[in-house]
Amino acid sequence: MDITLQQTVFYVVAILMSVFSVMTVTTGSILRSATYLLFVLFGTAAIYFILGYTFLGAVQLMVYAGGIVVLYVFSILLTNSDKSINHKLGRSKIVAALATVIIGTALVLFLIWTNGFALNLIPESSEISLREIGLSLISADKHGYVLPFEIAGVLLLACMIGGLLIARKR
Amino acid sequence: MNTSFLDYYSIQPVTSWIHEALCSVMPEALAIFIECVVIGVVIVALYAVLAIILIYMERKVCAAFQCRIGPNRVGGKGGLLQVPADVLKILTKEIIRLKNSDHLLYDLAPYLVILASILSFSCLPWNKGAHILDMNIGILFVLAASSIGVVGILLAGWASNNKYTMIGAVRSGAMIISYELSLGIIVLSMVVLSETASISGIVESQANGWNLFKGHAIAILAFVVYLIAGNAEANRGPFDLAEAEQELTAGYHTEYSGLHFGFFYLAEYLNLFITAGFASTLFLGGWMPLHVAGLDGFNAVMDYIPGVVWFFGKTFFVVWLLMWIKWTFIRLRIDQVLVFEWKYLMPTSLLILILMVVLKVFGLVF
Repeated sequence: MDITLQQTVFYVVAILMSVFSVMTVTTGSILRSATYLLFVLFGTAAIYFILGYTFLGAVQLMVYAGGIVVLYVFSILLTNSDKSINHKLGRSKIVAALATVIIGTALVLFLIWTNGFALNLIPESSEISLREIGLSLISADKHGYVLPFEIAGVLLLACMIGGLLIARKR
Repeated sequence: MNTSFLDYYSIQPVTSWIHEALCSVMPEALAIFIECVVIGVVIVALYAVLAIILIYMERKVCAAFQCRIGPNRVGGKGGLLQVPADVLKILTKEIIRLKNSDHLLYDLAPYLVILASILSFSCLPWNKGAHILDMNIGILFVLAASSIGVVGILLAGWASNNKYTMIGAVRSGAMIISYELSLGIIVLSMVVLSETASISGIVESQANGWNLFKGHAIAILAFVVYLIAGNAEANRGPFDLAEAEQELTAGYHTEYSGLHFGFFYLAEYLNLFITAGFASTLFLGGWMPLHVAGLDGFNAVMDYIPGVVWFFGKTFFVVWLLMWIKWTFIRLRIDQVLVFEWKYLMPTSLLILILMVVLKVFGLVF
């Protein structure tokens, strides 16, 4: 089988992501869990870079790695929750977890079988230009994204006003 | 506009010749892999050498501002071997294992900090054809990569299991997250001015005049805001309250020793260089020579100076400006730092962005 450099990189990143995803949910320390999550998010960004969608890769790094994980770490540091979170699980929780795992696996397998495994579909990277992304983000055509863009803006404004209200406390 | 001068010192033909020579004896994937490894080694070596130069420069500049002589004993005149001697010393130091701390995160934190620093370092435009990481969204990637470092600082502070490191890390985290906003908005306004976000594109768009002069007074104001925010991002100057040695011993890296401490130290100095390098890329034309309209003879002479010399000259000039700021101003308090960012610097940078867009739309830039 002829494996290109891009495929090799993809498999390395995919394996690392799977390993770190499992470690995120099995580790006992919540701060370690956040760190492993950071590596999973790095892996996602790397996948975007392999696909040539560098804009989304950079946004992934900036928003998730530089923003969300920092917020997680901050809130963990400020709430003094550095104790082990490995608790004994009750019977009902184990049943619920098993059911979730089985349903999730079934869903993923169903998707793979109906759509085929994208083994040879890793496209050759051709970078999408920033101009193209920007124009489709604010176009009102059939495939334009101006409505989600505006709604996201309204949502963020609502979050900001809510944050200010909570912080002021008159 | 005659831009043929840009091709004098382009190293593009050399790199493509090397690539073709490698491809003729081995498969392309292997050739690319070998090139990546070689370039990686070059980046790391350059990183270390630049750190030595910057530390020596900092000592001399600091001494000059304090009316001292600075290092003058080791290595003959000027103390040139002082910093290499310090490097050798730090390599021989023991790496201390702390009791009752999270060893994994404690060992990981310096690597995260240095990873962020090296990633943004490799985006710098050294010369024409010498961009190592050059993407369509280049400058956005730099902002993204440099935002990883704060995770490392927070983890270092927590994993050291010490109240001084903890206070230093939280201060530094709050400060870096805040000043990232101003920095990002200013970078965005420069992207508006040069109509592209790729680093090579930004440099090439300044062939007919540096951005500092193209955008009138607004670009100069943007340059000042960039220097302030960049200084805070690099944890330096009046914003070094993450370390604040009088109150926190050494801030977030108090408990680190040996090479782990060395990594933090290296990253701090290289972040200074990276801030200065992107200041020269965004505002001073990167590797573009200085041209004055009308003086053709002068311009022709300037064209014969290689781009890499221009880049280092401009960058070290900005480094010197930042060192001047650091050794002149006193350290701020954390509340002053945050109030300054959120009440003054960010509104200013938003105003700069709007004014820059207005200038660009009405074609008022050069």
